[in-house]
Amino acid sequence: MPHLAVPDMSPALPEMLLPALAMALLIVGAFRGERGARLVSWLAVFALIVVLAVLLLGGPERRFGFYGMFVSDAFALFMNTLVLIGSGVAILLAMDYNEEQGIARFEFPVLVLLATTGMMVMVSANDLITLYVGLELQNLALYVVASFDRDSPRSSEAGLKYFVLGGLSSGMLLYGLSLVYGFAGTTGFAEIARLLAGSAPVSPGLIVGLVFVIAGLAFKISAVPFHMWTPDVYEGAPTPVSMFFAVAPKMAALALFIRVMIAPFGPLVGEWRQIVVFLSIASMVFGAVAAIAQRNVKRLMAYSSIGHVGYLLIGLAAGTTEGIRGVLVYLAIYLFMNVGAWGVILCMRRQGQMIEEIADLAGLSRTRPALALALGIFMFSLAGIPPTAGFFAKLYIFFAAIDAHLVGLAVIGVVTSVVGAFYYVRIVKVMYFDEPTGAFDTPIAGELKGVLFVTAVVTLFFFLLPGPLVGSAAAAASSLFVR
Amino acid sequence: MSHWPLLSLVTFLPLVGVFFILIARGEEAVVARNARFIALWTSLIVFALSVLLWVRFDPNTAAFQFVERAQWVTFGGFTFTYHMGIDGVSLFFILLSTLLTLLAIVSAWRVITFQVKEFMVAFLVLETFMVGIFCALDFIVFYVFFEGVLVPMFLIIGIWGAENRVYSAFKFFLYTLLGSVLMLLAILAIYFATGTTDIEYALNHSQLFSAGLQKWLWLAFFASFAIKVPMWPVHTWLPDAHVEAPTAGSVILAGILLKLGGYGFIRFSLPMFPLASHYFTPLIFTLSAIAVIYTSLVALAQTDMKKLVAYSSIAHMGFVTMGIFALTSEAVQGAVIQMLSHGLVSAALFLCVGVLYDRLHTHEIARFGGLVERMPAYAFVFMAFTLAAVGLPGTSGFVGEFLILLGTFRVNTLECFLVATALFLGPMYMLYLYRRVIFGTLTRADLRGILDLSPRETAIFVPLLLLVLWMGIYPTSFLRPIQVSVDHIVAQATLATSAAGMRRASLP
Repeated sequence: MPHLAVPDMSPALPEMLLPALAMALLIVGAFRGERGARLVSWLAVFALIVVLAVLLLGGPERRFGFYGMFVSDAFALFMNTLVLIGSGVAILLAMDYNEEQGIARFEFPVLVLLATTGMMVMVSANDLITLYVGLELQNLALYVVASFDRDSPRSSEAGLKYFVLGGLSSGMLLYGLSLVYGFAGTTGFAEIARLLAGSAPVSPGLIVGLVFVIAGLAFKISAVPFHMWTPDVYEGAPTPVSMFFAVAPKMAALALFIRVMIAPFGPLVGEWRQIVVFLSIASMVFGAVAAIAQRNVKRLMAYSSIGHVGYLLIGLAAGTTEGIRGVLVYLAIYLFMNVGAWGVILCMRRQGQMIEEIADLAGLSRTRPALALALGIFMFSLAGIPPTAGFFAKLYIFFAAIDAHLVGLAVIGVVTSVVGAFYYVRIVKVMYFDEPTGAFDTPIAGELKGVLFVTAVVTLFFFLLPGPLVGSAAAAASSLFVR
Repeated sequence: MSHWPLLSLVTFLPLVGVFFILIARGEEAVVARNARFIALWTSLIVFALSVLLWVRFDPNTAAFQFVERAQWVTFGGFTFTYHMGIDGVSLFFILLSTLLTLLAIVSAWRVITFQVKEFMVAFLVLETFMVGIFCALDFIVFYVFFEGVLVPMFLIIGIWGAENRVYSAFKFFLYTLLGSVLMLLAILAIYFATGTTDIEYALNHSQLFSAGLQKWLWLAFFASFAIKVPMWPVHTWLPDAHVEAPTAGSVILAGILLKLGGYGFIRFSLPMFPLASHYFTPLIFTLSAIAVIYTSLVALAQTDMKKLVAYSSIAHMGFVTMGIFALTSEAVQGAVIQMLSHGLVSAALFLCVGVLYDRLHTHEIARFGGLVERMPAYAFVFMAFTLAAVGLPGTSGFVGEFLILLGTFRVNTLECFLVATALFLGPMYMLYLYRRVIFGTLTRADLRGILDLSPRETAIFVPLLLLVLWMGIYPTSFLRPIQVSVDHIVAQATLATSAAGMRRASLP
């Protein structure tokens, strides 16, 4: 490898542009003070759009940067797009909420931008070191964002819980990474893959390291049994932050999980598949069963996201191009339906106070028919009922599972999806069958209305034009398997 | 007109009505009135178009007709095609769906007083899904329609149902969902066996499924269809759903949704998995015999009219499942006719119950008696459909039951004998019901002022009665298109079993 004085940094252009813009916004915010929150938020959304444009202009070609520690390919392009959309929507929807709650500060969009930078680095990591740096860059910003409503004990508690458990999982991950490095002698993904693909027997130490890595990453994607923080953090954090957590960091962590499993440890698929299958089954079953008893809608969404991670892991367990494609399609659809569902939760406000009980949705179909219809679409989609997008998401996952002869896993998947349908449909029941108890505050902010409209339309009418999304997901998935 | 995508028109035209209902603005009463009329006109036009299908249908071929094909999604060799087409088996189910939707909307004209707009939207969406199920020739398209039906029906039971509606709506939804998700996995397995999700291809290439695979696939489809039929012992959702559903919902539930199971057996299980169908025939025969005898006895003990009619439906569907798996041309034709007949008759019976419910808001048999004095026209209509339900010659019920018994007798005499007990159990519970409701003395004060059928109600019953008589007196007009397709399916199934060396012992 020729040692140049300056490594090739061009593949990481979006990842470098974003923090630069974040710093600029920090300065804008510092000059404008408290009044600058809305301006900085809009500028942050604009910054994300610019970065997205730069990213898309870069194209899906496979390019390495920083001596192979960083990779930009179709997979990274796909996942980064999702992450950027998720972050942008979170900033957009947080504006009004933060003003209502009296926590409108310009640091919020800046922190989200910094976390997003970390996520993008995670998605493009091609080396154990890059992986860890990206993850911590994301985490540090997220800990602060979780406790952003700092005068609220619940929010502070959420932030602290997230910090302690996040630190624990990072420790486990780092320990695993060090073991892998110790036994493999390298931190580069490509070198590890080459080593493992060789005929030499794989050292048990490396397998142990891999298990620690999986445990650490399972924390980040909140797969059972490493899910304990999720309901508490989702419930305690301010609602737009919970929405953000449910979307962007989850996408990034899953992208990282997939890349680590497929790129360096792909040859060990026989070893890690059983762990992923276990995580998947445990998450699906626990997510479905535990959600039944929930009364708080934010906790319900937390358990729902645990369940969905279970379905996503089916695709990873398959370990094939079809499986990864299924995961990517699922993630894109999940982004839309989840953002939509959280958007409706953001509308749950009476006399200026946020309300979070499922029972508060009673009779929504009479008081706010459009909102009820939108939430109904999201719930049926999350439950995977056709013709909504959620059905097609599950279809591709199960398709991959049958293809990889994981029939047992697929059967457990569909059965738990019926259990899960119970609690999603229960929300529809509360909205449509129960008598109204009181109306929500009007009006809904324009941005929120727009987001709800777009997500509902995409969720309902996905079946008309599934081609482009599925096509780019297929391209992204196959880019991961290029050695 | 022959180049028009007639099937897609019939399927998706109701959604145009939905669109117009949704954009209707104004006061609540005006919106409700507009919604009713839009729904009525939409369903009328759809029904007219479906009649056109019958007129243009060529009864001399078993091939699929009115075929439409369009690429839907394709990548990496995985293609879904939007593929529609009908044969003699599906033709009349489409007509039944469009007719019953029309009648259901008329029957709900005055009864549904709140959220009228939503009610009409739910029915039109339901119509799209139901017609789509019978037209679909791609598994994914089929499945989307098949499971999509659950959503509007769930809302119809849950919003406009009786007191215990929430429990019933959930039971209906989760029960049927559990069955269909297993079918989804089977569909994916079929894709890997055949390389396509095209139904027509799979029908003509059943040899691609090994005998072992067939058994698993058959069981997965069975899980879905047996719940829909419903077969004993997975029938328990049906009485609950019927009792709580509004009358119009019961009409669709009994008239169409119960037929999906039987249709699925004929369309998929027989021709695609002939070896497994042969293997599992004893299971079906046992369950059918139990269903017929057990639910007939249960019906005898009911105190609620709707529950009684619901249990009688299960008994009638026992006939159908037996006829399908007897796998003789007569029996399968009889099963199709029996399903159509039951679609008309049970819909009419639920409407009869609904007439009383609208007046007194109860289904309890003991609350009635002596109605013949005040409601002679109603008594006549109810009598006509009661007799059709018990299979009196000259009504549609007779044709179906006769053909089924005729076809099964050659295959399994004992089974035929057991199921034939329904021929005297049926009249027992139906005539017992009739005596308690219509005859006797008029004792209750609130029954003295009860009104006879209104012109609107008469207008609903007259076409149903005419159809029941037409099908009973001159069944050939219906049998002719059905026969060719059924012969083809039965030939496919028997050919495969005899090729595998499994001769039917009792065949001559």
